[in-house]
Amino acid sequence: MYPSEYLYSREHEWVKVDDDVCTVGITHFAQEELGEVVFVELPEVGHAYDSMDEIGTIESVKAVAELYTPVAGEILEVNTAAVEDPALVNDDPQGDGWLVKIRFSTASDLAHLMNAEAYEKYVQEGAG
Amino acid sequence: MPTATLRRTPLYECHREAGGKLVPFAGWEMPVQYAGVIEEHRAVRTAAGLFDVSHMGQIEVRGPGAVRFLDRLTPNHVAKLVPGRAHYSGLLTDNGTYVDDLLVYRLGEEDFLLVVNASNQERDFEWVKRHAAGEAKVRDVSDEYALLALQGPQAVAILQPLTDVDLSTLKYYGFAQGSVDGRRAIVSRTGYTGEDGLELYVDPDAAAPLWRRLLEAGAAHGIQPAGLGARDTLRLEAGMALYGHELDETTTPLEAGLAWVVKLDKGEFLGSAALREQKHEGVPRKLVGFEVTGRGIAREGHTVNHDGSRVGQVTSGTWSPTFEKALGMAYVPAAMGEAGTEVEIDVRGRTVPARLAGIPFYRRNR
Repeated sequence: MYPSEYLYSREHEWVKVDDDVCTVGITHFAQEELGEVVFVELPEVGHAYDSMDEIGTIESVKAVAELYTPVAGEILEVNTAAVEDPALVNDDPQGDGWLVKIRFSTASDLAHLMNAEAYEKYVQEGAG
Repeated sequence: MPTATLRRTPLYECHREAGGKLVPFAGWEMPVQYAGVIEEHRAVRTAAGLFDVSHMGQIEVRGPGAVRFLDRLTPNHVAKLVPGRAHYSGLLTDNGTYVDDLLVYRLGEEDFLLVVNASNQERDFEWVKRHAAGEAKVRDVSDEYALLALQGPQAVAILQPLTDVDLSTLKYYGFAQGSVDGRRAIVSRTGYTGEDGLELYVDPDAAAPLWRRLLEAGAAHGIQPAGLGARDTLRLEAGMALYGHELDETTTPLEAGLAWVVKLDKGEFLGSAALREQKHEGVPRKLVGFEVTGRGIAREGHTVNHDGSRVGQVTSGTWSPTFEKALGMAYVPAAMGEAGTEVEIDVRGRTVPARLAGIPFYRRNR
């Protein structure tokens, strides 16, 4: 369910690190809690953010979830396919339904994230 | 509200069986969705959906004087309601504002059933009892009924083989007392979805077997269990008001576009003087529909702006599964333009363009 090569935030985002670039999306748990995603708003490419800044919105019919960046950095790319077809976030939240790619400025932000095992436990304990 | 105090309907186990996601709602633990809001919504528009609305309250009003009392209590014309029919009405304050909206069923000459919102059940009962002042017998019978809503174009085809009530002669807002699946029931051609459909008032212990039977009988027709999520998107598309959103103690039926339930010529009733005056003076604001033309979903509480200044507030807003865009309702000044007027909605700090539209958004083919 939760790939071991990803890191996870308490806000139910996953992070895949490749050198100094993070790919960020929402976890399977998050998409299931939200229900059918009908709207995705993502930041502009080139914008820089601090860690935990709100960078987007994901909405289902009933609920609104804010997307926070787990790391400080600059937006390199956004997943326009998910903006055009929000259902992608439900169908493949941890793959093709990724949301943004960020070039991070300080690797220390990653230290606050959980590994897959810790995240699974976090979800099971009903945190959220 | 702590989970421990939440009430459960007789269909609680059925919801769990069907994979329902249960949430607190008006003091009850109710299913918000099963397969998903959009799928359930579409099932109701194209085939059938089955809802548990047992949380709604029922108040019995009977005895000589019941007609006179209800005509004094509610704005619609009770004396004109024939036995076997129901009408939409309200409980209003002296100011003509809503205590609740409700359905009035005329079971017999002086025998009525009021169906009220779960969130207001106790307050409504006290209100009705207090105003009756012995003129009619008033009883809270909410625990004596479970209520299932079978809604959608296939509803009649699914139910007919299970009931002795001839559904072909049952008109919209008509009802009959008969049997459904061998148990006594009130079968009512009413609903809150904008589709053809039936609402079934049954004994609480008959509810679970009936729920399972309807899902089984409806399987070939494409029936799906449907939750509060779909109920909300369906009623919004159909332009139906929801208490606590479009209606509350600050809004009148005239402002809410419900002038048709207000029969000012029938004589005095609670709130009639205020409503007569408001009708004469003109309403200060009106309920309108809107569609979001920009990117985003306007939600309840968001501010509506026009030409740079605040003109109103969104009462309900959602993404519409039928139209595949964001729709909603809002109160705006009565002097504002009609459908087509461009406005802006403040969606969590972002200005999103929208356009006023007529209500309802959705009207079924009859």
